[in-house]
Amino acid sequence: MGLKQNLHSLREKYKGTKMAPAFNALHTFLYTPNDTAHGGTHIKAADDLKRTMNTVIMALIPCLIFGMFNAGYQHYVAAGEIEAVTSGFFSSEFWTLQNFSLGFWKVLPILLISYGVGLGVEFLFAVIKGHEVEEGYLVTGMLVPLIVPIDIPLWMLVVAVVFGVVIGKEVFGGTGMNILNPALTIRAFLFFAYPTWMSGDKVWVEGAVQRTKEIANGSTADAISGETILGSLAQSHGVDYSVMDMFFGFIPGSIGETSTLLILLGGLFLIFTKIGSWRIMLSSVIGALVMGYIFNLVVAAGWITDTSKFYGLMSTEFWHHLLIGGMAFGIVYMATDPVTASQTNKGKWIYGFLIGFVSIMIRVFNPAYPEGVMLAILLMNVFAPTIDHYVVQGNVKRRLKRAKLKTA
Amino acid sequence: MGLLSKKDSKLILDPLADDNPITIQVLGICSALAITAQLKPSIVMAISVVFVLSVGNVVISLMRNIIPSKIRIIVQLIVVATLVIIVDQVLKAFAYSLSKELSVFIGLIITNCIIMGRFEAFALANKPWQSFLDGIGNAAGYGLILVIVGFFRELLGSGTLFGFKVLGDSVEKTGLYAIGYENNGFMVLPPMALIVVGLIIWVQRSRNKELIED
Repeated sequence: MGLKQNLHSLREKYKGTKMAPAFNALHTFLYTPNDTAHGGTHIKAADDLKRTMNTVIMALIPCLIFGMFNAGYQHYVAAGEIEAVTSGFFSSEFWTLQNFSLGFWKVLPILLISYGVGLGVEFLFAVIKGHEVEEGYLVTGMLVPLIVPIDIPLWMLVVAVVFGVVIGKEVFGGTGMNILNPALTIRAFLFFAYPTWMSGDKVWVEGAVQRTKEIANGSTADAISGETILGSLAQSHGVDYSVMDMFFGFIPGSIGETSTLLILLGGLFLIFTKIGSWRIMLSSVIGALVMGYIFNLVVAAGWITDTSKFYGLMSTEFWHHLLIGGMAFGIVYMATDPVTASQTNKGKWIYGFLIGFVSIMIRVFNPAYPEGVMLAILLMNVFAPTIDHYVVQGNVKRRLKRAKLKTA
Repeated sequence: MGLLSKKDSKLILDPLADDNPITIQVLGICSALAITAQLKPSIVMAISVVFVLSVGNVVISLMRNIIPSKIRIIVQLIVVATLVIIVDQVLKAFAYSLSKELSVFIGLIITNCIIMGRFEAFALANKPWQSFLDGIGNAAGYGLILVIVGFFRELLGSGTLFGFKVLGDSVEKTGLYAIGYENNGFMVLPPMALIVVGLIIWVQRSRNKELIED
């Protein structure tokens, strides 16, 4: 008897009992169900929720792999054991087994915890509430490891995932009903609950926190540190990464958000498969560029000087904002979440534009929260239904007017 | 409760659970979010509100037949403002640091919806004794939630209870902190108080399904 048959008989055995949703979920996760609907009218479409989710996960895999390499790379470069990359994206210093294995063994537990805990909560709720397990968490579980620092303590991740899934999603009624993006809720929770583990110059490089502790205890090893570019700019420090480093992603940051190149490819893939909305992505980019350009103009007009605490980020060239921090990642994978984004086409333009616009604003004006994109997306998530409401009302009004004109 | 008739004891017990001012009527949320970061201010706030509401209810109830209904809100405001000033002065005299900590929120008891709500809904139409019990009950129901929220926020947010380091020292890394535990900074922020109140509401309504509104 094959695995499929086993699962099927397990499913039959638990049919009608409390645990049924859990076994149904296991079965449909791995296989198409044995039984299909009979009679009546059906529309058969290939793009069910499972396929949608899997497409996004496929778009995320390159970022994950790159993140593993980068984790190792950042560690060994900061420790002075290897040279920085010199020859473009395929530099041999970067794509080494040594880098990968360090990153792999650090990221794997984060990934497993994210999926294990998140799906556990999801199964639990499905069993208690007696509905089927939804596929929504498959993407969230993949996003979470990509947007946390490499050195995040695992127990904090457990707390945050439970919080994010329960408060961010289940209390609203599960997948499809949530107002906030669950992955960002998890990150926001971590950010406000444990700020020392989510910002600063120690958490982005594997082992930096550990090394600091050892030094405090009398070790003579050199300190390791790696400030994110946003962090340096917020303090008006110079940045010694080239634009190409930023674009390829050879910079410190959350695990999967550094490589703008791979995010761009993922974004194109999502647009091509019609999973992600190109309107939101494009308008977010425009919004970010506009806000960045306004700040550049402010600096050019001489309204603020380099003694201002906003100078570092304000004077950053406006298109650099897209390359640093989680901007690109947020726009491509978070803002486009179909559940929490605006649904109408016009609404998507407004929603996306404001995400980009507000992200850069928060980034510049609030150096305490150097990553504005997370807060901007969560804020716009809340406003998405309002935007939709007015777009729909506007449309209703226009058509009523037209109808009146015709009859008059 | 041999002391009270069944009807009277209902006045005290109902607001503690099934007719709680915070979790059922959703009143007085503002102060519940603002001062519950620690247990001590929560308890002081609870006691202050018990005093203001019970005495205020009695005063309003005694005057209920002579207050012209057109200016009753002004009269109620004067009564509650007087009582709040008394509380404020007492705290300043005997617990200055606490009074500093609660700062403007003692003064803001005046605007606590629960107090005006009880004056309007109960004291204006009932006898002093019942009004007194109603005041105690509602204020205690309010205080109960404050203490629960304050307990969890202080324990998880600062790792202390009444300022005692029950989970160990977070700087010296003793107790729980020795194994890597850290305080949850989110708990200290007011948004988390709202979520804690929400969780209490969730627990309460899942235990008593009759409370769920459609």
